[in-house]
Amino acid sequence: MMMQRRDFLAGTAILVLSTMNSRATVISGALPWAPNAGNPPVPVRPGPWHYFTSDEGRAVEALADRIIPPDPQTPGGKDSGCAVFIDRQLAGPYGRSDGHYTQPPFMPGTRQQGAQSANGPAATYREALAALDRYCLSKYQGKRFPDLSDQDKDELLKSLEDEKTKLEGVDGKSFFELVIKDVQEGFFADPLYGGNRDMVAWKMIGYPGARYNYLDWVDRHNERFPLPPVSIIGRADWSPKN
Amino acid sequence: MPRKLPKKDVVIVGLGWTGSIMANALTDEGLDVIAIERGPWRDAPTEFPPSYSQDELRYRIRHELFLRPEQTTFTFRNKMNQTALPIRDWGSFMPPNGVGGGGVHWNAETFRFLPSDFVVKTHLTERYGASFLPEDMTIQDFGVTYDDLEPHYDAFEYLCGTSGTAGNLRGRIQEGGNPFEGPRSRPYPNPAQKQPFSHTLFAKAARDLGYKPFPQPSGNMSQAYTNPLGVRLGPCTYCGFCEWFGCGNYSKASPQTTILPFLIRKPNFSFRDNSEVLHINVDGSGKHATGVTFVDTGGVEWEQPADLVILSAYTMFNVQLLLHSKIGTPYDPVANTGVVGRNFTHQTISSVNGFFDNKKFNFNPFIASGAIGMCIDEFNGDNFDHGPHGFVGGGYMGQVQTGARPIQTTHVPPGTPTWGAAWKDAVRDNYLSTVTPGTGVHGSFYSYRDVYLDLDPTYRDRFGRPLMRMTIDFHDNEIKQNAFLTDKFAEIIRAMGAHTLDKHYRKGPYDSTDYQTTHLNGGAIMGTDPSTSVLNRYLQSWDVPNLFVTGASAFPQNAGYNPTGTVAALAFWAAAAIRGQYLKNPGPLVHA
Repeated sequence: MMMQRRDFLAGTAILVLSTMNSRATVISGALPWAPNAGNPPVPVRPGPWHYFTSDEGRAVEALADRIIPPDPQTPGGKDSGCAVFIDRQLAGPYGRSDGHYTQPPFMPGTRQQGAQSANGPAATYREALAALDRYCLSKYQGKRFPDLSDQDKDELLKSLEDEKTKLEGVDGKSFFELVIKDVQEGFFADPLYGGNRDMVAWKMIGYPGARYNYLDWVDRHNERFPLPPVSIIGRADWSPKN
Repeated sequence: MPRKLPKKDVVIVGLGWTGSIMANALTDEGLDVIAIERGPWRDAPTEFPPSYSQDELRYRIRHELFLRPEQTTFTFRNKMNQTALPIRDWGSFMPPNGVGGGGVHWNAETFRFLPSDFVVKTHLTERYGASFLPEDMTIQDFGVTYDDLEPHYDAFEYLCGTSGTAGNLRGRIQEGGNPFEGPRSRPYPNPAQKQPFSHTLFAKAARDLGYKPFPQPSGNMSQAYTNPLGVRLGPCTYCGFCEWFGCGNYSKASPQTTILPFLIRKPNFSFRDNSEVLHINVDGSGKHATGVTFVDTGGVEWEQPADLVILSAYTMFNVQLLLHSKIGTPYDPVANTGVVGRNFTHQTISSVNGFFDNKKFNFNPFIASGAIGMCIDEFNGDNFDHGPHGFVGGGYMGQVQTGARPIQTTHVPPGTPTWGAAWKDAVRDNYLSTVTPGTGVHGSFYSYRDVYLDLDPTYRDRFGRPLMRMTIDFHDNEIKQNAFLTDKFAEIIRAMGAHTLDKHYRKGPYDSTDYQTTHLNGGAIMGTDPSTSVLNRYLQSWDVPNLFVTGASAFPQNAGYNPTGTVAALAFWAAAAIRGQYLKNPGPLVHA
């Protein structure tokens, strides 16, 4: 083994170009490879909000529970962790639109030309949740969105969707569409991101999760796949019980 | 001033499929070759090992393996009288980044174009008359024929270990294959992949309707395979994480799994990653390339001199580098002069989702591969009489569902609310019993005078260079084609037993936010006449004979198939011309 490794190292020429902060390399002789060089995902940990204020977090939990209401078999958006998912996403690259083209000028365009805002989703949530809060306080006698009845919540969300209710300084319809997208992504993404707690969404639909081999099953037609889902970070019953 | 590096025989811009094919061929001739790649080195152990590559959020939704628009993007408008705005986040297509290029995250659908696709202008004019074609349609023949390319298609399929069933073996039609395909000199190197339930159901319904379904040719391995370079691939395990994803299993053909392990051992090959080419350098005559200038991630500029320059970047970056290097005359759609940027095209994709009774049908839709599927070709190219229909072109169609990753594949019947209890119930009730063909109708996109590429007047990249501007819209011909094909497709999904159909026709205007495919084509097209093409039939620049340009930028228009098989065959064809003709007598291979 040692011999192979020495041959490998001798046969690989990786020359770092002679600038301090250049990561550009010249590669020849053998494929570049180093042990443990992977970039595995870092699981979200439970705990306090990273991005939301406590009022914002409560509002997003309430929104998540109307977008995905709890039912006797499956928890809703709140208990499945969708607000935690969104909070951690907004605190990270997604919230800042990292990697997007952000050079000016920002000009309004057609729908086909896509979003032309300098705001990332994190700033959008902050502004829109504040506008939603102001709207509810004035319309519902000092109540905030989470304190409304389910019926009032649904009516308000429908009227945002239909553009019958306008929020001050914010496009309420496109904000609600953004929340629907983010809540549903959190519900169905791998649990390592904070939503889909205990793989409840995957159990609900019958998706077996991050499996890698269905060779024995590809030609077993119209037969339900029998194994429970598994996440990239495993499954609760794989961990030792204390 | 850029720092000057020692001269090489050949510099290749971009190390994806065609750059790898070119590098392997030219190092075989003993030439000293360097490839320069904008993105990083990529391979399964470091970027997408099977322990965490099945991550829909990271790879599909957040685009981990793709170019980041902040590196560079495009501006987009539908019509010439509009102001183009930048595509700030990817939508209708997703440009690759890094070694392997699109070959890392493609589905591996490995089609050949029809023989008539290469001579489409001549063929359609002979059959229907010139007046049958729309006046502003600018389609033209490739200048190369199917017969020219057949050995090179074959070489690519054997390199990749393509899994499939031959439909036409040296002129004899084969049961179970595609009877419309051009004659192939030998069978596919591997048998077709196994097909999941819904795919076989599609094939049965299609057969009952009188069609001839065939398995989609797949670069996912149906069995273990050792290619002619001695590189080994493992059998596909049908994990359903293929397109958008790298294969953690060494089961999908890519430069990493078919060429690079062999190529990198050659002492006359090297590559630089994380280095972006800014322009091709030409001498005072403007007719001879002297190499390229690139910048590394530290912002340092370098000049790489070379005798031969191979431009192997993604379609639009090839065109952009030609314009930034002032090689060839830019296309002017008003005057109808110039060539660089002309005949830009995409694809005309649509689909039909089918909802089935969940008490009778369980498709386990998550069991799939990137290029799985059963297709029919009755409505592709000119395989049917277009006379009564008033349009030209077509596409294959099929149940080509490549997985059921739940963020994107929890479809609900039309009319269901997009949120709330009714949505949740519908998701639960339909996930296992819905057919979602994805790019089920894979239509052609022919070229037009007002669909083109040029440099944007306003927006710039991080080096201050103008962005590439796309002016693109669907024309009536493609809209009609799509309506006809989508209805034919829906009949088959209905015949499978679906109780509800959700038809998604492709309609105008072209929408930069709605993903179709990453099959953008043209802008640096091949042909027989320098006044209507950038390249001759060997992919050699008419203007600068020691410059060759590979990739789908050479397509004068797009056929109704995935392009990679043809892109690769053209690279092998050009490599053969360089080896057999150019190196003996460097200069133009075709005299205009």
